[in-house]
Amino acid sequence: MTLARRDFLKIAALAPFAGSAAFAAALDQPSRKLLILIELRGGNDGLNTVVPYSDPLYASLRPRLAIDPDKVVKLTEKTGLHPSLEKLHPRWEARELAIVQGVGYPQPNLSHFRSIEIWDTASKSDEYLDAGWLARAFAASPSPASFAADGVVVGAGSMGPLSGNAARCIALADPAQFLRNARLARGEGETRNPALAHILRVERDVRASAEKLTAGRKFETAFPAGPFGNAVNTAAQLATNESGVAVVRLSLGSFDTHANQQGTHANLLRQLAEGIEALRAALLEAGRWDTTVIATYAEFGRRPRENQSGGTDHGTASAHLVTGGKVKGGLYGAAPALDRLDGDGNLPHAVDFRGYYATLLDRWWGIDPKAVLGGRFETLPIL
Amino acid sequence: MLIPAMRLICAIATFLLPFGAHAAGIGYDGARHLLNRTGFGATDAEVADYSRLGREEAVDRLLASTRREASVPPPAFVDAPFDRFYRVSNLSADERMAVQRKLVLESFELRAWWLREMAQTPSPLTERMTLFWHNHFATSQQKVRSLQLMYRQNALLRREALGNFATLLHAIAKDPAMLVYLDNAGSRRQAPNENFAREVMELFTLGEGHYGEQDIKEAARAFTGWSLDRETGEYTYRRVWHDYGTKTILGRTGRFDGEDVLDILLARPETARFIAAKLWREFVSPTPDAAEVSRWATVFRDAKYEVKPLLRAALTSDAFWSPANRGALVKSPVDLVVGTLRTFGIRPVDLRPAVFACAALGQNPFAPPNVKGWAGGDAWIDSATLLGRRQFVDRVFRGSDPMAAEAPMRVAAAAGAPGQALRRMLEQGMGDYAFDADRFAGSLAKTERVDALVLAYPAVSSPDREMPFPERVRALVADASYQLK
Repeated sequence: MTLARRDFLKIAALAPFAGSAAFAAALDQPSRKLLILIELRGGNDGLNTVVPYSDPLYASLRPRLAIDPDKVVKLTEKTGLHPSLEKLHPRWEARELAIVQGVGYPQPNLSHFRSIEIWDTASKSDEYLDAGWLARAFAASPSPASFAADGVVVGAGSMGPLSGNAARCIALADPAQFLRNARLARGEGETRNPALAHILRVERDVRASAEKLTAGRKFETAFPAGPFGNAVNTAAQLATNESGVAVVRLSLGSFDTHANQQGTHANLLRQLAEGIEALRAALLEAGRWDTTVIATYAEFGRRPRENQSGGTDHGTASAHLVTGGKVKGGLYGAAPALDRLDGDGNLPHAVDFRGYYATLLDRWWGIDPKAVLGGRFETLPIL
Repeated sequence: MLIPAMRLICAIATFLLPFGAHAAGIGYDGARHLLNRTGFGATDAEVADYSRLGREEAVDRLLASTRREASVPPPAFVDAPFDRFYRVSNLSADERMAVQRKLVLESFELRAWWLREMAQTPSPLTERMTLFWHNHFATSQQKVRSLQLMYRQNALLRREALGNFATLLHAIAKDPAMLVYLDNAGSRRQAPNENFAREVMELFTLGEGHYGEQDIKEAARAFTGWSLDRETGEYTYRRVWHDYGTKTILGRTGRFDGEDVLDILLARPETARFIAAKLWREFVSPTPDAAEVSRWATVFRDAKYEVKPLLRAALTSDAFWSPANRGALVKSPVDLVVGTLRTFGIRPVDLRPAVFACAALGQNPFAPPNVKGWAGGDAWIDSATLLGRRQFVDRVFRGSDPMAAEAPMRVAAAAGAPGQALRRMLEQGMGDYAFDADRFAGSLAKTERVDALVLAYPAVSSPDREMPFPERVRALVADASYQLK
């Protein structure tokens, strides 16, 4: 039964005249540029990711955790990458890796849950918004109807920047399994019960998307083992499906390294670098590297001064990475001002995270950021 | 003036008496509502039994039968000598693999034990509240890496599940698994670790917005030295690590230690309100009513944080019984999986496939996603988990050959990674999870009330009246309303 059904789907996907109006429409639509967001869940230590290795304050704040300057992957006289990010060095050399330093916001909140809510909804520190910033963007500027979805969240976790009812979004552990299961989705109806209305809405999305998602492309690229490698593989599948999606959100972590940070952090950054590198190879293979941007985000960075447990506590501004075939590589924002820490010992921000988002909205998609973000924020010339 | 008013009250009282005090009983729907919300599913016999009781009688009966210990004996390893924490760097690759394998096997065993307790206990309310506190004081095996410590914490949560919140809070602050999970075990006066101090205010007592960053820093100093003996896995106080200085917390100043901080937090009115609101979301609906929550909070504080008076106030409230709140909650994965087993009288030999199902649906006991616990509510349902839920139900209710349609997956798994092999083993182990329509029909006093037993809310697509019984049951569990409680 199941095999026959899957074969049928494959055949249907290959035959342009197999009664598929959506497929024909997809050929006419210019492919919307893709954004792949990687959430560094738990708050990544920006200082040990993009390392101010020649700043004497860095070494003195971090007697145990400072990265040995001899091991840093040097980018400039002052700035280098954590050794586990070695695999990203060729991107830097090719001027395809933009590093945005000091991304944060005024009156930072140090609670994981509140701060990621601020990031996900692009709100002010004391403002509570319901919908995610990308959900609002797609409400204002919908993706073509032929798209399988506005956004896909790969793996478990909340819908994050895609949460809220404004956008067509789906969560997906593995596209092949997703297709296999779609036949079980059924039913539709109207109801006054909000919980039931939510379930019925998800059902409708599943059915609509499953008809358009095609998966199972084989890449030459070898993907890293483990859950993040699988997620990257899924993202590559989604990037190449005929009907298109606008955003894929992946997540990696936990980066919440309060104790014994060194090994955990090195391991996570290695996964990040290997994942991004595999993604690039797969996107190149599929001819999608020039129409994709990959960008990281997190609720906060970590405190410059290490704690007594060999870890770091919740901080504020942090560095983020952006890469893609059209990205203008280089350093943006400002190096961490370790001589200007606030009363809690945390860094001031140099780039408002909404400016980071505005850059993607405006310079990548041509969506007016003002309406989405509730104000004007300076964009960065990385695209 | 006074006399007519009194007469009116008497008249109302006389009118209400025969019906008032809920003399007619909560009825079949009411009993299903009460037992599903306070437990995990219920059989027709249990629902019928409770249906004859009044509100208060029914709630008091639930509260009178709570437990402080599990009824199912725990896995043997929990009583074995404490497995010291290994310094991973001192182990060879093989030893590391062996430690990892042991942790994985033990974690499946422990989870299966807890799900069995939920499925079999004479007091489902005890397990409902134990799970509620596990979600409140969320602690994950992923970081603790000791099932013995996770078990000890679970036993503590159960002991005080319907006991006293103040006692529980003080005990959880010294609980070894918590000390590891929120890093207090290594916190010393030279540089206090703020993790526990922050979460105890934000997530365990006051809620966000009722304290400042400075309060956290000061409280972190008070908890320094609350640590763990790596040899025994017991709490230990490290005098030389403790900061004996003066601290100012929430406007109070003194040479506070951790116990003092907890008492300061317990003295704040926000704490009772925070817990009461969370209880509302657990038992009533996703949208707490401020006035009613405030009433419960007063009951809670007046009762010196005894849990039973709070629960009694909640479960006898009009809000709990309001028709508007029936079917207003999304079932958690544990509700769905264990509730399906209980309601339909399915008694598998091996609970590990049930563990696997809960985990795949987003609720892996002993491994909440973070210290805030599972978000719950609508967040349980996204396209992946909704399909997963359908797949679980489909498998249980498919009929005599539950594995037939999964053949391609099994072929794929056979060649796959060790994780897939495990998955395959568990799926094959679901043979005795199959629903037995004849046995179930025989267990119902009246087969026509199966709708009222299975659904908390009218079906989206009501099954045809003429449908044969097994088909009718399948249609009910496949309906979107089966995801509600």
